[in-house]
Amino acid sequence: MEAGRRSVSGWTVANVVVVLYAMVPVLWIASLSFKDPSTFTDGSFIPRKWTLGNYAGIFTNADFVRGLVNSIGIGLISTFVAIVFGTMAAYAVARLTFPGKRLLIGVSLLIAMFPQISLVSPLFQIERALGLFNTWAGLILPYITFALPLTIYTLSAFFREIPWELEKAAKMDGATPFQAFWQVIVPLAAPGMVTTAILAFIFCWNDFLFAISLTSSDAARTAPATISFFTGSTQFEDPTGSISAAAVVITIPIVIFVLFFQRRIVAGLTSGAVKG
Amino acid sequence: MAEIVLDHITKRYADGTVAVDDFDVRIADHEFVILVGPSGCGKSTTLNMIAGLEDITEGELRVDGRRMNEKAPRDRDMAMVFQSYALYPHMTVRENIAFPLKLAKMGREETQERVERAAGLLDLAPYLDRKPAALSGGQRQRVAMGRAIVRDPKAFLMDEPLSNLDAKLRVQMRTSISRLQKSLGTTTVYVTHDQTEAMTLGDRIVIMRAGLIQQIGPPQELYDHPRNLFVAGFIGSPSMNVVPARLEEGLLRTPIGDIPLRGRLGRAAEGPDVPRDVIAGIRPESFEDASLVHDAEEGGTFTGTVDLLESMGPEKLAYFTLDTGAVRSEHLSEAGGEEAGEECRLVAQLDPKSGARRGQPVRLWYDTQAVHLFHPKTGENLTER
Amino acid sequence: MNGAASGRASASRGASRAKGRALTEGQRAERRLGLWLCAPAAIIMVVVTGWPIVYSVLLSLQRYDLRFPEDKAWIGLSNYATVLSSEVWWNAFWVTLLITVVSVAIELVLGMLLAFAMYRAIVGRGLIRTVVLIPYGIVTVAAAYGWKYAWTPGTGWLAGLLPGGSAPLTERGPAIAIIILAEVWKTTPFMALLLMAGLAVVPEELLRAASVDGASLWQRFTRVTLPLMKPAILVALLFRTLDAFRIFDNIYVLTNGSQGTGSVSISAYHNLIGGLNLGIGSTMSVLILVTVAIIAVVFILGFGTAAPGSER
Ligand SMILES: Nc1ncnc2c1ncn2[C@@H]1O[C@H](COP(=O)(O)OP(=O)(O)OP(=O)(O)O)[C@@H](O)[C@H]1O
Ligand SMILES: [Mg+2]
Repeated sequence: MEAGRRSVSGWTVANVVVVLYAMVPVLWIASLSFKDPSTFTDGSFIPRKWTLGNYAGIFTNADFVRGLVNSIGIGLISTFVAIVFGTMAAYAVARLTFPGKRLLIGVSLLIAMFPQISLVSPLFQIERALGLFNTWAGLILPYITFALPLTIYTLSAFFREIPWELEKAAKMDGATPFQAFWQVIVPLAAPGMVTTAILAFIFCWNDFLFAISLTSSDAARTAPATISFFTGSTQFEDPTGSISAAAVVITIPIVIFVLFFQRRIVAGLTSGAVKG
Repeated sequence: MAEIVLDHITKRYADGTVAVDDFDVRIADHEFVILVGPSGCGKSTTLNMIAGLEDITEGELRVDGRRMNEKAPRDRDMAMVFQSYALYPHMTVRENIAFPLKLAKMGREETQERVERAAGLLDLAPYLDRKPAALSGGQRQRVAMGRAIVRDPKAFLMDEPLSNLDAKLRVQMRTSISRLQKSLGTTTVYVTHDQTEAMTLGDRIVIMRAGLIQQIGPPQELYDHPRNLFVAGFIGSPSMNVVPARLEEGLLRTPIGDIPLRGRLGRAAEGPDVPRDVIAGIRPESFEDASLVHDAEEGGTFTGTVDLLESMGPEKLAYFTLDTGAVRSEHLSEAGGEEAGEECRLVAQLDPKSGARRGQPVRLWYDTQAVHLFHPKTGENLTER
Repeated sequence: MNGAASGRASASRGASRAKGRALTEGQRAERRLGLWLCAPAAIIMVVVTGWPIVYSVLLSLQRYDLRFPEDKAWIGLSNYATVLSSEVWWNAFWVTLLITVVSVAIELVLGMLLAFAMYRAIVGRGLIRTVVLIPYGIVTVAAAYGWKYAWTPGTGWLAGLLPGGSAPLTERGPAIAIIILAEVWKTTPFMALLLMAGLAVVPEELLRAASVDGASLWQRFTRVTLPLMKPAILVALLFRTLDAFRIFDNIYVLTNGSQGTGSVSISAYHNLIGGLNLGIGSTMSVLILVTVAIIAVVFILGFGTAAPGSER
């Protein structure tokens, strides 16, 4: 009884520590975003004078709004393509024997470990030559490439958990291979696909290096890159408020994903990593 | 309903394993055929070839005279019940049973009607709207059966459908499968490694070992006339006793006494290439407590000390140790008889009225005409050729 | 009608069996399907990385500065000589290595604690698992600005805790420490999740058996849990090491590489995009790639890390 209560309070302390660890830096930037510009330099953790002006500012800033649109569009398209192609490949890896399977696994592993900077210089040149520089496609291509290993690993781990006999049963019940895949495998793999899509989207949403290297204007510059340009552009105006407000805005989708899909994200990250 | 012919079928896997070798059986319409054998002998592979889930390497599969080798599973019109039941976890019982009909694009009303009928037949009506996860093992098994019978296929293929159930439920389901098959009359191929299931269910049994058919026949025939040592050891519970024996002039010398070579034993001894040292087999059921047998009955007797006595109710099992080395044969170890030790063990099934006691000597009578003689190398039953 | 007795059939067809590894129709169909399904993913991955890598090697062998395009010429390995004899490069290299080693080491310890908390917590397990994902998911740049302002004198709540007048981000040592802090904060949750997956493979019975045998908590951890978790730990370390080695976003925002705090990625970026020197930038890219490959090989061959995906 006594020991039980002590360990409960012990865990409560641990929870508090973890929550503080995770939330304090996030709350700090949120607090900054609500501070009135006149109080930026008071160094206080909690705003002394609240304002929504910073948010009003960034949403009237055409560059940032455009950056958000770019981020969402590029992120969704990349995620969609990566999931479609990744599902196909993951299914093949998990279920079929064919030559070159190990090679595919090896290549995606290499890409997962690949230093993105090594692609920046050649892609910069190649995309300029092909007219892809500073376009959505110019970012979507590398994003798909780097999201694919993740999708293939995570999804093939999910596929492997679906008993093979279900597919055989579907064939015996009169299904074509496509019907078996679409009516039996996909519904069962759907949670895995949602998870994987979230992870892939977080990856695209997060990217900064490609976003600043392969763009030159707001035609394709994504939100994180746009934020980094707040600094230099307006000399006479303190960008602290806009930057922190923008940082909060681009964090919100992540927080929503995390709150709704916590279990799945954890399952996805761990299944791909250990079994994959 | 269909006649299924497996015409010299062979399966070789990509890694070179020959899982099924020259399998040649004609399964008649309405017949209930059991494939039985130890683990890894190729039963599932054979079934999967009939189903179309595995390619046939050599030979031909014909259903009602038409070649099926190249047909996809869905074009063969057969239903399969899997060991794990393979119920679709995202569908309710109703949707599971209706799935084959949905794929066949059957109308809503007829689907409804057929599902209800199948559910009624299997006592599943109260569970139709549950998901498989909320069912017991026996109920899941019945849903799997329901999915098989609902579309009235040409044949049922079942791969150890009862092996995930507990002993009691297994016996229950065994009877209901048998009854169901008889009433529907659908040709059925049933895989099991359990010899009791094989004996009780099938019209005919196909015994396999390492990819090769050992014997085909009705259960009683396999029991009475096993073609070789493997079949003899596999069919029957407890397994047939085997003892080393020696053929001498007019006599078979065994650790349980000398047996005159008369009748079928005499004919067996006179056959070609019969070695002097043979293996004698006698079923536990062929023994009886000598005090309960009328002297008039012909047979041998043997006195031994009871090591262990098991009272089963309708019978008693008495265990003995003979003072000869045990018979060792690959044909036996694979048949799944109990692991033979150094000594030669003997089991006798006695009448419950027998006065045998543990640790006490008892005189046993046995039917000398029920003795089988086996070739020690090939395992062939010399009394049956 | 009757089956063959044992053994008879096998001999006669031995000949046909010897030659027979030929693929059946089904196997061929399966191969074809497998290749078709993989083709789009494989093509994209190879086209987007394969050709650029080759191209990058070619660029590294040229004098190629976009500001002076007419000076473009093949110069063999002299870019490599330039980079490898440059103090800036080596400084960036050691800084990267330092950040990598220190942050991964801290992450391993913190991550292990966090993994235990997430795995064993009897109260609030869902809460911990949820909040921990926020640092993982948050846009690195957004978090980096948070850290930057926190340490900016006057503005920041953390800077205010320091002795008056100090501006940590403008001094090399403290700046690197802050970079490490930002990196650790962001990636410890990921490490913890990977380690938690490893914890899950340790059978509960084994731990119970060990405690019945009289092992203390610490002994159970070092003698039972750690050895069983070793594969998971190594995979987590491999991933995080490679990931830390390519650190870019945090440094870009926090110091942009000033005061000798730049990583190799930052140096390469500055040469490429800032300096428009494709030759030198590409040389650095190739060197980073080689270093990453060496780290991976050391982990896989040296520590016996199972390459993820090499299951069974
Ligand atoms: N895909 C495969 N590739 C190679 N060999 C295989 C394959 N599938 C099965 N085998 C081999 O073929 C043989 C027969 O396998 P099968 O599954 O038919 O046995 P079984 O009689 O059903 O056994 P059990 O009672 O254990 O289910 C075994 O030796 C098995 O190892
Ligand atoms: Mg089997």
